[in-house]
Amino acid sequence: MSQAVLDRLSTQFGERVLETSDAFGDHEARVAVEDWVEVARFIKDAAELQMDHFIDLTAIDYPERKSARFDLTLTMRSSVNGGRIRLRTYVKDGEEPGTLSGLWAGANWAEREVWDMFGIRFKDHPDMRRILLYEEFVGHPLRKDYPIDKAQPLVPYREVSEIEKLAPFGIEEGQPFARIDWESRLAGRDQQVSPAIGVQQGQRRALSDSEAAEQIQARIEARMAAEAEAEKAPDAASEEDSEA
Amino acid sequence: MGELKVINAGGEVAVTTRLSDLLQWARKWSLFQYPFVTACCGMEFMATAAPRYDIARFGAEAPRFSPRQSDVLWVVGTISQRQGPAIRRIWEQMADPKWVVAFGTCASCGGFYDNYTTIPGVDKVIPVDVYIPGCPPRPEAVLDALMLLQDKIQANDRKPIVVPPHLVPERAPGRTGKGKS
Repeated sequence: MSQAVLDRLSTQFGERVLETSDAFGDHEARVAVEDWVEVARFIKDAAELQMDHFIDLTAIDYPERKSARFDLTLTMRSSVNGGRIRLRTYVKDGEEPGTLSGLWAGANWAEREVWDMFGIRFKDHPDMRRILLYEEFVGHPLRKDYPIDKAQPLVPYREVSEIEKLAPFGIEEGQPFARIDWESRLAGRDQQVSPAIGVQQGQRRALSDSEAAEQIQARIEARMAAEAEAEKAPDAASEEDSEA
Repeated sequence: MGELKVINAGGEVAVTTRLSDLLQWARKWSLFQYPFVTACCGMEFMATAAPRYDIARFGAEAPRFSPRQSDVLWVVGTISQRQGPAIRRIWEQMADPKWVVAFGTCASCGGFYDNYTTIPGVDKVIPVDVYIPGCPPRPEAVLDALMLLQDKIQANDRKPIVVPPHLVPERAPGRTGKGKS
């Protein structure tokens, strides 16, 4: 069925269908961004296709690609014929494809999500606002150049330095996926996570969170110095005792 | 309760203690809870609140869905950055004395959500008294946390504490180190 859809598209639009693919049983057609809405409308409305079920619309970021940074992909299904097809297009950064929310009501929120996560705006969209994140958020987090551990808190974090508490749990408290136990890592006693998790969490944060690491290092050194002094003190006391 | 003194005067018996001890004793046995349930830990919270574990033994069975009427804020589940102002405001609306329990790893430290969406532990926004590790924690761990909290209330101890794993109460009598009633 879906191959028939691709053939029908090719006869209808000719050269405007840039390429088609049926890899792994997923039938896919790629069009230019100018033809985006028109082809989608044809796929939905043509009597022999009737792809009336909007499944998903999302984007993929290829920051290394010079010609057009994003791929926009639209997946549709026909509740009449049972076939499924994916439509793709290239979108340059800042380019505005037309909205599909006039075709499928469900495309409204999906396009808002694409705007929220990737920063692709849609022309003539009725309500182009962020949908998952908050208006104060700067940037678009699923772009690959968004820093992976950058948070933008709405409420400023408390100053918790005075609270005596591990930055919460280590493996000894039943948390194999816990955040890194900085103190033992910096003291060279870092045995608490599996190598894979250590690479995923520890090494990256060790590079990106250097200020926090320095503060913790200073605290450890201060504590070790205090402990060393405390060890010295009873020795001196016992020497005095023996002399007396 | 703290120190009790029994006075027996010709058949008339009176018991005395400190007023503060009596107050803390009353507080720890009538904890009205506000469940702020956001994620899968809620299932385990419901299990704990169900009859099998009988949380009414600890006087903590009454949920109040108004922060103004509750004593303990249970933060159950992942707290996203977007929820930060809400949970902060709920905590501010609660009347003193109030306590906060971080239920599960996400509420305690963000868990494996280490990215733009999630607050890495609700203690970044509001102070937390008891942390319950686990993903999710078993009801036994939750009851351990409740008993820890009771001990802390009786001892008037606001130092944050983490529920240790596999705690068998009779093997660990002085759990908070002080103020065991």
